[in-house]
Amino acid sequence: MIHNKETIPQRPAPKGTIGPVAWLRGNLFNGPINSIFTLLGLYVLYLLVVPTIQWAFIDADWVGDSREDCSRVGACWVFVNARFSQFMYGLYPSEEYWRANIVFAMFAGIIAWMVIPRLPFKRWMTLFALLIFPVIAYVLLHGGYFDLPRVSTHRWGGLMLTLLLASVGMIGALPIGIVLALGRRSNMPIVKTFCVIFIEFWRGVPLITILFMASVMLPLFLPSELNVDRLIRALIGLTLFQSAYMAEVIRGGLQAIPKGQDEAAAALGMTYWKRMGLIVMPQALKMMIPGIVNTFISLFKDTTLVMIIGLFDLLGIVQAALSDSRWLGFSVEGYVFAAFVFWIFCFSMSRYSQYLERKLNTGHKR
Amino acid sequence: MSVRPNVRPAGHKPPFWRDRAKRALIFQLILVAVVAAFLIYIIGNTQANLNARGITTGFSFLGNTAGFGIGQSLIEYSSQSTYGRTFVIGLLNTLLVGGLGVLAASIIGFIVGIARLSPNWLIARLANAYIETFRNIPLLLQIFFWYFAVLRTLPSARESMAFGEAIFLNVRGLYLPQPLFESGFGLIPATFVVAIIASIALVMWNKRRHEATGKRLPVFWMSLVIIFGLPLLVLVATGVPVTWEMPVLRGFNFGGGITIIPEFLALWLALSIYTASFIAEIVRSGIQAIPHGQTEAAQALSLPRKLVLRLIIIPQAMRVIIPPLTSQYLNLIKNSSLATAIGYPDLVSVFAGTTLNQTGQAIEVIAMTMAVYLIISLLVSMFMNWFNARVALVER
Repeated sequence: MIHNKETIPQRPAPKGTIGPVAWLRGNLFNGPINSIFTLLGLYVLYLLVVPTIQWAFIDADWVGDSREDCSRVGACWVFVNARFSQFMYGLYPSEEYWRANIVFAMFAGIIAWMVIPRLPFKRWMTLFALLIFPVIAYVLLHGGYFDLPRVSTHRWGGLMLTLLLASVGMIGALPIGIVLALGRRSNMPIVKTFCVIFIEFWRGVPLITILFMASVMLPLFLPSELNVDRLIRALIGLTLFQSAYMAEVIRGGLQAIPKGQDEAAAALGMTYWKRMGLIVMPQALKMMIPGIVNTFISLFKDTTLVMIIGLFDLLGIVQAALSDSRWLGFSVEGYVFAAFVFWIFCFSMSRYSQYLERKLNTGHKR
Repeated sequence: MSVRPNVRPAGHKPPFWRDRAKRALIFQLILVAVVAAFLIYIIGNTQANLNARGITTGFSFLGNTAGFGIGQSLIEYSSQSTYGRTFVIGLLNTLLVGGLGVLAASIIGFIVGIARLSPNWLIARLANAYIETFRNIPLLLQIFFWYFAVLRTLPSARESMAFGEAIFLNVRGLYLPQPLFESGFGLIPATFVVAIIASIALVMWNKRRHEATGKRLPVFWMSLVIIFGLPLLVLVATGVPVTWEMPVLRGFNFGGGITIIPEFLALWLALSIYTASFIAEIVRSGIQAIPHGQTEAAQALSLPRKLVLRLIIIPQAMRVIIPPLTSQYLNLIKNSSLATAIGYPDLVSVFAGTTLNQTGQAIEVIAMTMAVYLIISLLVSMFMNWFNARVALVER
C-alpha cells in the first residue's frame, strides 16, 4: 500500500474564476441576454440617480429663511429647515418643546433598551414601557399637573403625533387582540361567533371608513353631554382596527404551537388561564414577534390617514405647510422629506423584524 | 404524609360552577347579556341624539335630488340625479380604479418579483431597491406626491405635452383618442367570444389527446393566434368600421376624445406602484418556497429548463402565492378609498363624503359604504376558501 505522507500544495484557483473581472462575468455578463439587461439596468440607474443627486445635493439650497434664498434650480431645503420644528411637534407651543423632547428621548431610550440584546431587565422595561411610560408621556405632553401649562390635543401634531398614534394604537390593540384570538379558538360557539364577526368586520372595511365612523358616528352613539376629544376618537378607531389584525397574527402564532403542549399542560391539571399564560402564550409570542412588527409597520404607515379627519400628523402638517402662500411650489421638497422620515422608520423596523426572524428560528418550526 | 383518598361516590355531581359545560353556558349567557346591554345603550343614545338634531332615519333620502356634479362617471349622471345614483357612480368608480389597479399592480409585481430572483446581480438589486423604497412609504404620501407634486405641476392645456398629435397630457388630465364604432362593429366582440370558446375547447381536446396518445400540440401559441387573429381578420374583412375621434384644443381646453382625470391617474399610479412592491415580495417568496430538490428532480428527468419552470415550479409556487396575493388585491380595493384625499369621485369620496355632508344621514350612509366593502371582502374570502380547498395538497 502506498501512503503519500505529504499533501500536495494548494494551487491557486484557475484564472478567470476569481477576482473582480470573473465576478463581473459571472454575475453581470454571463450570456448575451444578461449583458443587455445589465446595460439597460445601468442606463436606468444613470437616468434616475444622476438627476436626483444633482437636484437634492449639488444644486440644492440649504441655508436661508425665506423663499428668496432659493435659486429654484435644485431642491429648496430651506423650506424644510424653516418648518422643521412644526414637522416635529405640530402646533405645540415652542416654549414647551422641552416636554415633547423628554418624551421623545424616553421613547428612544426604551426602544434602544428593548432592541439591544445585551441589556438586562427586559421584562421590567416592558412593564415600564406599557404601564408607567404612557402616564409620564400623558402628564408631560398634556400638562395640567405639577404647574405644567395645559396644551390641548388639537395643538399636538407632526412626527410626535404620528409616533403617539402608532404606539397607543399598538399598545391598546395587543390585549384586545389576544382576547379576540383566544376567543376565536374557543370551544364556546357564541364566544367564537362574536370574535369571528368582530375580527372580520374590522378587517373587511377600509380604515378610512372606520375613521369616518369614529368621527361622525361615535358622537351619535354616546350621550350628547359626553364630548369625546377628536384625537381620542381617532385613537379608538385605530385601536379597534389594529386589534383585529393583531388577533389574526396572534391566532397564527397560537396555531403554530403543537396541540400536545396544551394537552400535556392539561394533563398536569393546569387551568385554562395557567395553560395559556405559562405554556402556550410564551412559546407563541416568540413566533408572533415578526408578525407583530409587520402589523406595526402597516399601522405606522396608516396613521397618515388621520389627516383626512383633520388631525395634523407628519403628513398632515407637511400638507398644511405646502398651502402656505409664502412657500407655494415646494411640494416635492415637503413630500420627499416626509417620505424620508417614514422610510427610515419603516425600513429599520422591517430590517429588525427580519433579524428577529433569523434569531428566533431555532428549528422548532413544524 | 398520607395520600388523601380522592374517590367520589358514584352518581356524585360536581357543583355547577365546577362543571365545564355549565360554566361555558353561563359565561356565554353573560357575554350575550353584556353585548345586548351595550347595543341597547348605543341605540338609545343614537335615537336621543337623532331626535335632538331633527334627523329622520331611513333610506328615503336615496330618492332625493343630489344637486352636485361629479367629475367622472361611467354611466349618465347630472346634478339632477338622485343620491341613490351617486352611490352607484361612486361604486363604479371604485371598481374601475380597483380593477385597473389590480391589473397594473399584478403586471409590475410579477415582473419585479421575478427580477428580484434574477441571476443578474444588478437587476436583482434594482428590483430590491424598488421593493424597499415603495413598500416603506405610506400610500397616502405617494398619492399626494403623484397628484400635487407631479400631475398638478404639468403645463396648462395650451402648452400640453403632445405624443404624436393624438395623446395630450396637461394639468387637466390625459386626453386619448376615442374609438367611434360604426354599425357592423358588433361582429368583432362576438368573434372574440367565439375565438375564446374555441381555444378553450382546443386546450381541453389537446389535454385529452395528450393523456391518450402522449402527443401534444403547441396550444398556447395556437390559441393566441385564434384569440387575436380571428377578430383581426373579421375587422379587416368588414372594412375596419372604426373611426377615431381625436382630442382637439378648443379655447382653453381640449374637446373630444377620452379624458382621464388627473385624480384617477394619481390614484391609479400610486395604488399600482405601492401594491406591486408587496406583490413582488409575495412572488419572490412563493418561488423560493419550492424546495430546490423539485428543480433537481425535474432536471434529473431531463426536462428542459423552460418546462421545469412551467410544469414544476410555477404550479407549485402558485399554491403559495395566490392566498396572500388575493389579500393584496383586497387591500388595494380597500386602499382605493384614499381617493377622498385628492377628490377622485370614488364611493367614500362621493357617498360617504359629499352625500353624507349634504343629507346628514350618517348612519345609513356609513353602513351602506361599509356593507359594500364587507361584501367585496366576503366574496373574495369565499373564493379563497374554494381555491384553497381545490389546490390543497391531498395528504393521507
